[in-house]
Amino acid sequence: MDTVTITMKNAPALYLEADTISPDAFAGKSAAQIAELPVFEGNNPSTLGKYFEVTGNAGATAADTRIVVKGDVKRVKYIGFRMTAGEIVIEGSADQYVGGWMKGGKITVRGNVDAFAATAMKGGEMVIEGNAGNYLGAAYRGDWRGMSGGKILVKGNAGSDVGMYMLGGEIVINGNCDVHVMTHAEGGRVIIRGNAASKLGGQMVEGDIYVFGSIDVMMPGFKPVDEVELTVDGTKAKFAHFIGDTGERHKKKKGVVVYGNLYKKI
Amino acid sequence: MTKTITDVICPFCGTLCDDIEVTVSDDGKKLLEVANACVIGTEKFLHSQSTDRVTKPRIRQEDGSWKTISYEEAADYTAKALAKAKKPLMYGWSSTNCEAQSVGNEIAEIAKACCDNTAAVCHGTTLIAVQDIGLPTCTLGEIKNRADRIIFWGCNPAHAHPRHMSRYSIFPRGFFTGKGQMSRKMIVVDPRCTDTARMADVHLQVEQGRDYELLNALRVAFKGEWLPDVVAGIPAEKIREAADLMKSGRFGIIFFGMGVTQSLSKNHNIDIAIAVTKDLNEYTKFSIMPMRGHYNVTGSGEVFAWQFGFPYSVDLTRGFARYNPGDSSSIDLLKRGEVDMMFTIGSDPGAHFPISAVRAIAKVDSVCIDPHITPTSGVSKLHVPVAFNGVECGGNCYRMDNVPIDCRKVVEPPEGMMTDLDFLTMVCTRLKKLKGAA
Ligand code: SF4
Repeated sequence: MDTVTITMKNAPALYLEADTISPDAFAGKSAAQIAELPVFEGNNPSTLGKYFEVTGNAGATAADTRIVVKGDVKRVKYIGFRMTAGEIVIEGSADQYVGGWMKGGKITVRGNVDAFAATAMKGGEMVIEGNAGNYLGAAYRGDWRGMSGGKILVKGNAGSDVGMYMLGGEIVINGNCDVHVMTHAEGGRVIIRGNAASKLGGQMVEGDIYVFGSIDVMMPGFKPVDEVELTVDGTKAKFAHFIGDTGERHKKKKGVVVYGNLYKKI
Repeated sequence: MTKTITDVICPFCGTLCDDIEVTVSDDGKKLLEVANACVIGTEKFLHSQSTDRVTKPRIRQEDGSWKTISYEEAADYTAKALAKAKKPLMYGWSSTNCEAQSVGNEIAEIAKACCDNTAAVCHGTTLIAVQDIGLPTCTLGEIKNRADRIIFWGCNPAHAHPRHMSRYSIFPRGFFTGKGQMSRKMIVVDPRCTDTARMADVHLQVEQGRDYELLNALRVAFKGEWLPDVVAGIPAEKIREAADLMKSGRFGIIFFGMGVTQSLSKNHNIDIAIAVTKDLNEYTKFSIMPMRGHYNVTGSGEVFAWQFGFPYSVDLTRGFARYNPGDSSSIDLLKRGEVDMMFTIGSDPGAHFPISAVRAIAKVDSVCIDPHITPTSGVSKLHVPVAFNGVECGGNCYRMDNVPIDCRKVVEPPEGMMTDLDFLTMVCTRLKKLKGAA
């Protein structure tokens, strides 16, 4: 695997849309060619090299390419956009849409990410060592297809609307989570090791939510059914089991109505 | 001698009353009296007659004082600032006509700007929900003639849309609602005991920020499923009664306002309220309608949607239209420091945006097109006063139920004063020259 290191040297006055920072766009290119890749600051077209110092050549394919992003990229959007393979390591914090629509490969962020990370993610892995903003693994605005595959780990806290319209895959949040988890979801699972606020599973059709900490307010559409012993994310514990959203439409499988599940650790 | 003009449209709130009578002086230069309008509507008409109006564009000097300039100079400044900016934001549009909005969109496209209307701080969340799950709606005329279950959720028309209840929703005797108020049941959902709530048959005093839970509980109640004893501060029994009351009507309507669109859960509140409406259609006929505030905010959404495909918060910087409130919405753009030029028309973000966003306006090149002196004109570099739309010039507007109504000119603007449309057309011509797009 070949490593390309890009280091922020001329920070943008506004924000940078750099959807070309991905192993797929870098693959097969030399450092000089990578520096020529297009980026946008507002309506102004520019090149990656104008803002970043690029060292190292990329591998022949995306899978052979590792990108290390250094310097302050808090004002850079779309890092890892649509990546299918390879690896990105962001040494600090990044702005919105990190790993949006990604299909494969791995993104590691040492700091925080802003909103819309992993929008409509289909596969691959994302590790956020800091906090995640709102709409993690959610659908894009107006779309009904959120995250459908892959795995996200947030070591800190997450904002609101985690997994909105989620269809599959897994999100683990080690810290706390703001309102609205898996709204409108039709699959997948979200594990919250810290505390959750409220509005979990509203309008949820299918999917699983696990909460290890407290829940401020439960949705009335979640009905208590029983207690179960489960091993979740490597931890064995007893959980109170709720099904819902009983106000929402649900499919039947083999004549039985399938609900979303909410498990709260007792 | 005076003249009385009938069937005038009130350019204040989204009710867009079309039965106003205005008395003007014989030469058509003075507006003397207004009849039929509510207090706020009357004020809007009379305000155009105040003697301390700014009638010429003014530009801010180095020392902070204003210097009067010509409309030509103002158009030059605006076009140059738009041409130079990497990410201009063109905000407002809700108090001007559709014709001006359309020219504004042409400017935005050439300047590759972000454009947004006041939905950003009121019913934008509604528009998000509508895109997510659709909107079973109707016109105000249908409500007047048919509706026998009226729900006001998070809105207070007694004060914000004063003639709404008398013209459409509660009091009028319609074709199938011959007994007026007696033929209707009124439910108000509001954490406060407002003047509207005091009139209601049922007042559900929901806990602040728990509308989403209450709406969910209604859906559960329709299905006859299990409910906790109390939801959002309201006993389950009362929720089930309200659910039955809604189901038992012949035609129901949910009107909702900023109490739900801008409180916790925002778009989700509307999303689930639309789902409630959809559920109710399994038992009876039900509709839902946002109580739009500015008289032509609905029109702005229509014009944006018609020209760009999205109703607000449109980002054209890459040469095609993108829409993602949170990223492309005005307050976020300003607070995050994403824009380098601010263009405001027919709105007052200086008074309605959070202070951090207003500070961002003060830092960049800024133009404010507004007949009034406002907090926004106060922080802007250029203030362009224009004629009062709907009083001193006509133009197309959309009522809250998406019915287009042409506003009328009833009085002459002060000598030499331009309209929004004239000024924007001047800016557009200049911008085309600067960008070589002519
Ligand atoms: S209700 Fe609204 S439109 Fe009607 S007169 Fe009053 S302010 Fe004007």
